[in-house]
Amino acid sequence: MKYRSVFDIIGPIMVGPSSSHTAGAARIGLVARQLFQMEPTWVSFHLYGSFAKTYQGHGTDVALIGGVLGFDTFDNRITEAKEIADQRGLAFTFHEEDAQLDHPNTVKVRLGNNSDEMELVGVSIGGGKVEIKELNGFKLRLSGNHPAILVVHNDRFGAIASVSTLLAKHEINIGHMEVSRKEVGKEALMVIEIDQNVSEVILKEVETLDHVSKVTKIHE
Amino acid sequence: MFRNVKELVSLAEAENISISEIMIRQEMEQYDRSRNDVFSQMDKNLSVMEKAVHRGITEQVQSVSGLTGGDGKKLYEYIQSNETLAGPLLLDAVAKAMATNEVNAAMGTICATPTAGSAGVVPGVLFAVKEKLKPTREQMIRFLFTSGAFGFVVANNASISGAAGGCQAEVGSATGMAAAAVVEMAGGTPQQSAEAMAISLKNMLGLVCDPVAGLVEVPCVKRNAAGASNAIVSADLALAGITSRIPCDEVIDAMYRIGEAMPSALKETAEGGLAATPTGRRYQEEIFGFSTKKV
Repeated sequence: MKYRSVFDIIGPIMVGPSSSHTAGAARIGLVARQLFQMEPTWVSFHLYGSFAKTYQGHGTDVALIGGVLGFDTFDNRITEAKEIADQRGLAFTFHEEDAQLDHPNTVKVRLGNNSDEMELVGVSIGGGKVEIKELNGFKLRLSGNHPAILVVHNDRFGAIASVSTLLAKHEINIGHMEVSRKEVGKEALMVIEIDQNVSEVILKEVETLDHVSKVTKIHE
Repeated sequence: MFRNVKELVSLAEAENISISEIMIRQEMEQYDRSRNDVFSQMDKNLSVMEKAVHRGITEQVQSVSGLTGGDGKKLYEYIQSNETLAGPLLLDAVAKAMATNEVNAAMGTICATPTAGSAGVVPGVLFAVKEKLKPTREQMIRFLFTSGAFGFVVANNASISGAAGGCQAEVGSATGMAAAAVVEMAGGTPQQSAEAMAISLKNMLGLVCDPVAGLVEVPCVKRNAAGASNAIVSADLALAGITSRIPCDEVIDAMYRIGEAMPSALKETAEGGLAATPTGRRYQEEIFGFSTKKV
């Protein structure tokens, strides 16, 4: 079941005109910003399917930029996102792609600054709901509707157990979890959806575990 | 957790409670939230809808493109000053549905029900029947939970995205949701809600998503008008005891399969239907300075 809450159907409260092309786009941008954890100085959006065909008419462009600037779906500043990006020194580009993907409303977001960069693939599945399908080449499935912890780690025995044990110690319940890796024994990614937000202290503790290299989180 | 309309109705009948109550309890259990908490979030959504309706029927809203705005207000004023053919309640729903969508097209604040392009139908119908049925605030909030319960089934078993299933998935779903919720507010049974949803959605099957210039304006605003009137008529049919020969879940399944079979030119790509008419193309050129000629 893709939709679990009545507020996925009656909601979100949003700036028009399109839940999939405006609100969904803003959410994908916002998740990208939360995962990057820093102020990006550049971002490029690669649009597929219906996104590529109609992004200007639906305000998809300003919504994506607005999300990357940290604006939620109901934030009126979305309408002026391009001007605000200029003021804040965020350079943006849009690219219309021809490739046919599984879902018509897909966007690949690349963003970065002097010290780091990140790539994420998001899909707007309807009614403002989104799924993050890829992060830096890792396949995953993340809704962005629940708090989540993303742990980059080495694919070694016990790495997953040590993280889940630590969360259990802090009485944090795991709602959904998946592990993705590009090659056996190399870098891997844990995606852990949880019921409540976790403190920075716990995240720092996760980061000190053996085989863990990086921890990020997104809030509800 | 209910997976389809049949289960939803059975649950309500078995416990002798309303559809809205089933939805409220599920939300509370699913997310471990209090009744108060869930109610107050829906109350907030209702307030946003109320403001959008009010703005659309009193202000001269206009979209950035200039394609839409002011028709909800025009119709609302016509109802006040004329003997209408359709009657005030039906047209009131239509006016308020259009008003909401005009506010949406103007990049105003709305509540998606289930989407922004179809955000007029549920509030349009709700704020029109409010005048006649005089519901309490709680009953109005319950109207949204009932709508949400039926939309929940459609979203999980078919689609509520125009890009995935055409306009039938957006305005069609919204129409079914509104029809089912009116039945509950008017005192009908859970099964009658299901019949109203089935009847109204059947009349929306095959509806394509062909927005002119890719904008959520033409024909979206008037499709919301059609959805609102369809919802009220279907609710009356169900309340009269008329049933759908095809069960609600099978209608939803048919909607899904029709959406799958629909060519991509007719699913929110602005490449077919009304978007591809000479006038549709002309608007696109005027607004964006270019036209995609692919059909």
